Amino acid sequence: MTSKVITVTSGKGGVGKTTTVANLAAALAADGKKVVCIDGDIGLRNLDVIMGLENRIVYDVVDIVEGRCRTRQAMIRDKRLPDLFLIPAAQTRDKNAVSPSDMVRLCNELREEADWILIDSPAGIERGFRNSIAPADEILIVTNPEMSAVRDADRVIGLLEAEEKPAPSLIINRMNPDMVKRGDMLSVEDVYDLLRINVIGIVPEDENVIIASNRGTPLALDGKGRAGQAFRNIAHRLNGEEVPFMDLEARSIWERLTKLTRGR
Amino acid sequence: MSILEHLSGKKSAKSAKERLQLVLIHDRTDLSPAALDALRDDLIATISRHIDIDPASMHIDIEREGRSQRLIADIPLRVIGSRRSG
Repeated sequence: MTSKVITVTSGKGGVGKTTTVANLAAALAADGKKVVCIDGDIGLRNLDVIMGLENRIVYDVVDIVEGRCRTRQAMIRDKRLPDLFLIPAAQTRDKNAVSPSDMVRLCNELREEADWILIDSPAGIERGFRNSIAPADEILIVTNPEMSAVRDADRVIGLLEAEEKPAPSLIINRMNPDMVKRGDMLSVEDVYDLLRINVIGIVPEDENVIIASNRGTPLALDGKGRAGQAFRNIAHRLNGEEVPFMDLEARSIWERLTKLTRGR
Repeated sequence: MSILEHLSGKKSAKSAKERLQLVLIHDRTDLSPAALDALRDDLIATISRHIDIDPASMHIDIEREGRSQRLIADIPLRVIGSRRSG
């Protein structure tokens, strides 16, 4: 298979980018694909702790870019999945240590051996974001059904359009069906109507996300749990499979939504 | 939620959507409500130099169509006959 670079970004911080990257990577690697994650958040790395690999870091992405190590030396192998790797961000360097062309070069090298390269973009629309989108074949925007997250997602979508990047897909994270039901949370349909980009995933709010991050084991590997299932579904959709959206109590809405997105 | 909305029983998700619709239009077009008003006044002045219009019944708005916006101006013309008889 030809390898694919997928960048996960959001504009707003704290919406679940890192969780998304860790879980999609685990789900893809569990299918036997070789996956390399790159933490694009230089100065504020976090993907290492979410993946539970924080104690194994020797070299980071800045060491690769500045030639202090070979790319392979900075790739940390996952504890459970032998085909899953992390290239951590530098924690003590500033974000300008890496440029967009450095990222393109690094990803081109990784394309030789990996099936999937997943980049965890930092929040914001500055250098780290530019670095993260530079090599992307596909871009996933994570948002929450909440005012500022939707607004920032729209801003990022506009920037990607202006830069003629590939059309992004949307992951709506932390849906709370009970709140939607009582009219106190934007529905999936509302968010789609506002942003008008292809919806590739709907992830319910799930306390297992925090439990999994406490343990440093991605919840997508756990058979139970609705968020884990939602992330596995997204991984399958990235593989080109047609997976119906999970029933979060409003099946008719999902059906109408799938029709809407397919009808484009 | 304002007291008015609270009394009318309007759900917060509905407020969120309505507010976001306006915010996104302004973010995407970089056109504030004040700038839209100024545009409206300019349009009225320009068009009035050529044809007789009723400024009070003119509507100018930005409509969303997918991810693009369009400026819609609805400008009813005064009937010539009515001016003659008046």
